[in-house]
Amino acid sequence: MASFFDLKARKEAAATNGSSKSAPAAKETNRMQPWVEKYRPKNLSDVTAQDHTITVLQRTLQSSNLPHMLFYGPPGTGKTSTVLALAKELYGPELMKTRVLELNASDERGISIVREKVKNFARMQLAQPTAAQRAQYPCPPYKIIILDEADSMTQDAQSALRRTMETYSKITRFCLICNYVTRIIDPLASRCSKFRFKSLDQGNARARVEDIARKEGVRLEDGAADMLIKCSEGDLRKAITFLQSAARLVGAVGDDGEEEEDKMDVDEKEEKLVTVKSVEDIAGVIPDATIEGLVQAMRPKSRGLVYEAVSKQVTDMVADGWSATQVITQLFPAIIYDEAIADNQKNKITLIFSEADKRLVDGSDEHLTILDSALRISGILAGA
Amino acid sequence: MALLVDKHRPRSLDQLTYHKDLSERLRSLAQSGDFPHLLVYGPSGAGKKTRIICTLKTLFGPGVEKIKIDSRVFQTTSNRKLEFNIVSSIYHLEITPSDVGNYDRVVVQDLLKEVAQTQQVDANARQRFKVVVINEADSLSRDAQAALRRTMEKYSPNLRLILLANSTANIIAPIRSRTLLVRVAAPTEEEIVDVLERSGRKEGWKGERGLNERIARESGRNLRRALLMFEAVHAQNEKITPQTPLPPPDWEALLGTIASEILAEHSPAQILKIRAKLYDLLTHCIPATTILKTLTFKLIPLVDDQVKAEIVKWAAFYEHRVRMGTKVIFHLEAFVAKVMRVLEEWDMSMDF
Repeated sequence: MASFFDLKARKEAAATNGSSKSAPAAKETNRMQPWVEKYRPKNLSDVTAQDHTITVLQRTLQSSNLPHMLFYGPPGTGKTSTVLALAKELYGPELMKTRVLELNASDERGISIVREKVKNFARMQLAQPTAAQRAQYPCPPYKIIILDEADSMTQDAQSALRRTMETYSKITRFCLICNYVTRIIDPLASRCSKFRFKSLDQGNARARVEDIARKEGVRLEDGAADMLIKCSEGDLRKAITFLQSAARLVGAVGDDGEEEEDKMDVDEKEEKLVTVKSVEDIAGVIPDATIEGLVQAMRPKSRGLVYEAVSKQVTDMVADGWSATQVITQLFPAIIYDEAIADNQKNKITLIFSEADKRLVDGSDEHLTILDSALRISGILAGA
Repeated sequence: MALLVDKHRPRSLDQLTYHKDLSERLRSLAQSGDFPHLLVYGPSGAGKKTRIICTLKTLFGPGVEKIKIDSRVFQTTSNRKLEFNIVSSIYHLEITPSDVGNYDRVVVQDLLKEVAQTQQVDANARQRFKVVVINEADSLSRDAQAALRRTMEKYSPNLRLILLANSTANIIAPIRSRTLLVRVAAPTEEEIVDVLERSGRKEGWKGERGLNERIARESGRNLRRALLMFEAVHAQNEKITPQTPLPPPDWEALLGTIASEILAEHSPAQILKIRAKLYDLLTHCIPATTILKTLTFKLIPLVDDQVKAEIVKWAAFYEHRVRMGTKVIFHLEAFVAKVMRVLEEWDMSMDF
């Protein structure tokens, strides 16, 4: 407490703290960046596995004329990455700041914003690029407005865009990005050339994940990469986030920065391996044994025992915190791919799954829903 | 005089008694300097919140414990004013956006942007970012979650989010893919017994292992509940023996009566009688889902094996209705009537 009033001591303390802070600051920001951002493709040719779209875009790049664009596809397939890479190739990092407007669902995007912000940006005249910029990049004479997550825009806001897109088409191009093309109103969709981003295939995604792991110095156990791809269901962003989380958890972040805690590094040398299990942990995947236990409990036996067995399994699963949606997702293939179950039973079981899913999405109680589904399935299995 | 639950709440990661490996992981995350967004999920009373507070303390030091409560006013687009309480220390904020119902998006957008755009003021702080803890994240509306998506990426140098939820079912996939999922399982019965013994020792109570085991079983692996029961038993009785009865909470006792009444007589007059009790429960702010669930699990042991599945089926059905509808008493009563009908049919079929 005495030193609190001692100005000199405090200044000294501040100085030592400050100096030790400032040196690693630059490196720190680099390390703190999520890998998803860090390894965002820098140019079009880096984008993984969307060959068709990329060839079309590269051709437009040469002719330096761009249509309005509508990118759609499942999450994590590189839609945002593609458009950002495209913008970078067109304008270069400097000019991009004035020529590109990015709006997404976290910004207010009601009709008033479309009327004011978008419109103002759209009709703004272009600043002339400097000679140096022009030498390096094509710098075409239009701006780009990126509307990310456009499917969460209201209908009204979308229809307010219609005329804006046409009126200022000389100096502005729009790029809409969405997951579900059906949520974009027809008049907008017909003004854009559509690009579908397909879900990543295993090979490409795997190559990318392994590439990043190598660059970050993370060692993967055999099969861990496959597990990452399997858990992420074609969503590369998810796969990369899982990889980073797993690396953090096991402390396997490699040698790209001298860790302050050298001592810790030495201790954990042998543990620095991303295992299949740690990936499962992070992805929230339920171990096969647990699911198998539930399936076994549901199998027909003398009537009274079924309830006890199923109820016990379900209670344990709920207490262990497994999410009900995950249970349903994993139980489904376990039952549907079981050859021993007759086809017409499977038909009925599928109905139960669809109902359970709907209930869970509506926010029903997880315990009751799972218990109910499990009991009904076991009833069907018993041939009732 | 605080409740045991608060008094003996662990204050640092070292003091946590179970899920050691999880605590260890949280520690290594907190110390690595590269702290991700977290989504912590698990059943209630498993220790999610406690773990997060401990993690925050490891991240920032004891300053996290000096908290104050602010009341802020937000304005919606339709010029309605919203009062909103924020619990904060200089390093973190804690909000429960579901308090404001449908307007949670406004709060999330305004507040997070404001936090994200200001840097950490204290130059000596251990971390350069602030942490925002969002309670009950599973009841955030879709809009609010969508608003979180890009915010999480864009402002990641200044802001980390910790979402607390009971299940990940209602969290949209984009959020799940941006966070590190941390599952906190409920403690096992042995772990609860262990905790009870520790707190008993701290209080200077003579422990009875048999009683503790019974409490652990009754609590349904919910530690908070176990501790409350533990304290209640000790407050009510001078001398503790392994046979000391555990008083169930009033409402549970009442539901027990309802269950036996349903079994006793299947008639409209009986439903009328039960209705009064249900209203009684509802006016005491027992959530309808809890009523339905507890009632189901009280009924199950009393009925024949063959109708158990049927009862669970209708319980799930009406629980869904409760969720979708607005007037809960209809659905509760419908459930009661349905159960009576199922039981009646079962009795009839037995006669032949």
